[in-house]
Amino acid sequence: MNLKLHVWRQSGPNDAGAMKEYVAKNVNPHMSFLEMLDVVNEELQSKGEEAIAFDHDCREGICGMCSMVINGLPHGGHRGVTTCQLHMRHFNDGDEIWIEPWRAKAFPVIKDLVVDRSAFDRIIQKGGFVSVNTGGAPDANALPIPKKEADQAFEAAACIGCGACVAACKNGSAMLFVGAKASHLGHTPQGDVERFDRARAMTMQMDAEGFGTCSNLSQCEAVCPKTISVKVIAELNRDLLKAQFKGK
Amino acid sequence: MKLDSKTPSGPIEQRWTKHKFDLKLVNPANKRKYRVLVVGTGLAGSSAAASLAELGYQVDAFCFQDSPRRAHSIAAQGGINAAKNYRNDGDSVFRLFYDTVKGGEWRARESNVYRLAEVSVNIIDQCVAQGVPFAREYGGLLDNRSFGGAQVSRTFYAQGQTGQQLLIGAYQALSRQVGLGAVKLHARHEMLELVVIDGRARGIITRDLVTGKIESHVADAVVLASGGYGNVFYLSTNAKGCNVTATYRAYRKGAGFGNPCYTQIHPTCIPVSGDYQSKLTLMSESLRNDGRVWVPKAKGDARAPAQIPDAERDYILERKYPSYGNLAPRDVSSRAAKEACDAGKGVGPGGRGVYLDFADAIKRLGPNKIGERYGNLFSMYQTITGDSPYEKPMRIYPAVHYTMGGLWVDYNLESTIPGLFVIGEANFSDHGANRLGASALMQGLADGYFVLPYTLGNYLATAKAPKVDESHPEFKKAADESTAKLKKLLGIKGKRTVDSFHRELGLLMWEKCGMARNAKGLNELIQQIPALREEFWKNLNVPGSDGNLNLALEKAGRVADFMEFAELMARDALDRDESCGGHFREEHQDEEGECVRNDDKYMNVSVWEYAGDGQAPKKNVEPLSFEYVHPAKRSYK
Ligand SMILES: Cc1cc2nc3c(=O)[nH]c(=O)nc-3n(C[C@H](O)[C@H](O)[C@H](O)COP(=O)(O)OP(=O)(O)OC[C@H]3O[C@@H](n4cnc5c(N)ncnc54)[C@H](O)[C@@H]3O)c2cc1C
Ligand code: FES
Repeated sequence: MNLKLHVWRQSGPNDAGAMKEYVAKNVNPHMSFLEMLDVVNEELQSKGEEAIAFDHDCREGICGMCSMVINGLPHGGHRGVTTCQLHMRHFNDGDEIWIEPWRAKAFPVIKDLVVDRSAFDRIIQKGGFVSVNTGGAPDANALPIPKKEADQAFEAAACIGCGACVAACKNGSAMLFVGAKASHLGHTPQGDVERFDRARAMTMQMDAEGFGTCSNLSQCEAVCPKTISVKVIAELNRDLLKAQFKGK
Repeated sequence: MKLDSKTPSGPIEQRWTKHKFDLKLVNPANKRKYRVLVVGTGLAGSSAAASLAELGYQVDAFCFQDSPRRAHSIAAQGGINAAKNYRNDGDSVFRLFYDTVKGGEWRARESNVYRLAEVSVNIIDQCVAQGVPFAREYGGLLDNRSFGGAQVSRTFYAQGQTGQQLLIGAYQALSRQVGLGAVKLHARHEMLELVVIDGRARGIITRDLVTGKIESHVADAVVLASGGYGNVFYLSTNAKGCNVTATYRAYRKGAGFGNPCYTQIHPTCIPVSGDYQSKLTLMSESLRNDGRVWVPKAKGDARAPAQIPDAERDYILERKYPSYGNLAPRDVSSRAAKEACDAGKGVGPGGRGVYLDFADAIKRLGPNKIGERYGNLFSMYQTITGDSPYEKPMRIYPAVHYTMGGLWVDYNLESTIPGLFVIGEANFSDHGANRLGASALMQGLADGYFVLPYTLGNYLATAKAPKVDESHPEFKKAADESTAKLKKLLGIKGKRTVDSFHRELGLLMWEKCGMARNAKGLNELIQQIPALREEFWKNLNVPGSDGNLNLALEKAGRVADFMEFAELMARDALDRDESCGGHFREEHQDEEGECVRNDDKYMNVSVWEYAGDGQAPKKNVEPLSFEYVHPAKRSYK
């Protein structure tokens, strides 16, 4: 099939940027979305033009590196799928596709479709951990964890930190990302110890980075490639409230 | 090149304890005077950087991705081994040690492997303390599964996302230290060169991938945790960015490269579907707990799998290896699949595929239980192929997955360059000629959490090297060379893209240095690689500049190193005139197609020494001896 692409091109952080048109020819339905772009890029480069810059690494939907808004939706809006796992069989011959970077105040564009997501790392650095040093941990089975709790921790821990939640939110809020970390650690007895301090420290950093407030529209959940539920946001809000009572 | 393995003597179960006691310590107040650079933030790098910072050293950590959490370790699926014996099924430190030495066909150092098995139990404790959500049973205790090459269940897992969960644990520990100011993080930075002064590793040259700036970093010791080089084959299960640059640059500066030809081909990957393909996707070995591998008995049988009755199916692994069955080790299973396809019994387009069938397990346990175990793998398979493994068997084929070779290190994980330590997949490691499933995660974390923090301290306490700074001529020279190389790549302005060269190199390597190798093919390869390399330097086209983010330029630098490194691999494969583990020389097989080793000549590590451009590298040898696991024919029948 043949496709018409409209792609955001921006040579650097200070460039205004604009949409540019390209044609993707002979696209095979088994290709992944990124493989389709690889082919376009090969052609651009053979003409001596710079390739469309985009982040990617694992191409297996787990590293969280790929990040494109496709036809207005982060990762293209297919449930539970990252851009790298989106396959061309979901498109039809003659389709027009709009491809843009994550758009959020806290994720400035570096080039084309590549954005700076280091704000997420700084949030984790403020409290997204259990304060244990290497060595001296008790036997792993010393403390049983009910399977239900462990499963809940796992569900939240599935977050890949891609930032689609922020890109989908009209306020550019990072509540799903922060909630996922709070919920992951909060559902393990090891992480429970610091839960209130953690909630406070991470949300303070989130605000400082310029992420907006929760819009309560759940667009984040709809686009999350790991289908993390907005209930983690409710959990985080509960922790924040309790932290206030405890004077933390 | 002097190869002193520094292996302690005495009973094997006491060696590490004794060695730790003999290592010199750095006084707590002095630790902050030392700076350590850690290149790589995968399981090995993150765990090392966090642990060293906790001890009080000043640490700088580097990765080329935009966040340390995205290192390739994140993609590991199936699990991590540990000799906990929580199943009461006869596991022990000694059995894990035994399985690993045998699995690697007696090509690893016994003392190292024993230590690995010994600290494996601490890893699980540490991870649980960090909040890693391993799979649990209804009683609240940790669950286990089985992996290939073992007859016990010692693999801990978190669905099919074990690497992700372990890395997030290590990343959180690292982030905590960054927050405390003990680690300085350099994401989107690529190491281009190692700086050696007076014979010691004293720093690195990096490129800031966003601004293009070339930077010098001075240190008292350098740790490489830069992962494996499977991408020399272009198509592999590795993430797209995995490369050999850090270790190859160190090799050129004098670090010996151990067993570069040892490559692991993983039996269960989604087959290649077209020439646009950019990478191959692994289907975890854990699937072989419940999946059965088969092909039709008749050549060219094109019926749909469900139409082929049981009697007309050949369950190849169960037939050939009855005692391990579908859990035969990777090298053995990959060859069995290749053999079936070579005999014309392969399934799917081009006949390069075998079935991995879950029908029996689904009948026995129900789709829910199977979904609980492998849900995310099944949906990944369906996303990629469009078929549901609940309804139709998976179609799989072997693919390049892991590299056992790497920089040679002694018992202290120190390379032949003093002050240069190498951990994780980047070193030549404990897996010999074939790694067992779920042992790479174990090794990366063992190195980073529990070995390096001890041995690095000993180096710092004894080295007493004079202070140097960035103005040293060696830093300037290395930085200038790095800049010149980038300019050269940009200046060729030829006709071919980096990817087209990379693909061509990969295809050559896969055909002649892949699952099966022979002297004729390898000799041809040693002629073909330099010719391709020459064309690369004449006809490459890298658009853009070196002053900002330029993905093609990054890639060109990595492929330039692969072009040189591939030749070293081919030379090693030719030199090792035997079959062992993942290194299968067609000349050396028995009537059933199994490996025939030559212990008299090759019970050793080949350590290659750089001898200058255009010169054949020099081979050095570390002999191996086995006191505990006696070399025998490696049988899984
Ligand atoms: C798909 C897949 C599944 C796997 N599943 C399992 C499993 O279930 N169990 C198991 O035990 N093993 C598994 N493995 C193997 C295992 O994941 C790896 O061997 C292991 O994670 C490697 O860890 P590492 O820390 O050594 O390196 P990596 O995780 O590869 O990290 C390398 C780091 O080095 C950095 N780096 C590299 N070069 C440079 C440079 N020049 N400059 C700066 N930084 C650099 C990268 O940015 C990255 O941070 C799997 C592998 C694959 C491919
Ligand atoms: S490239 Fe890793 S998640 Fe898409």
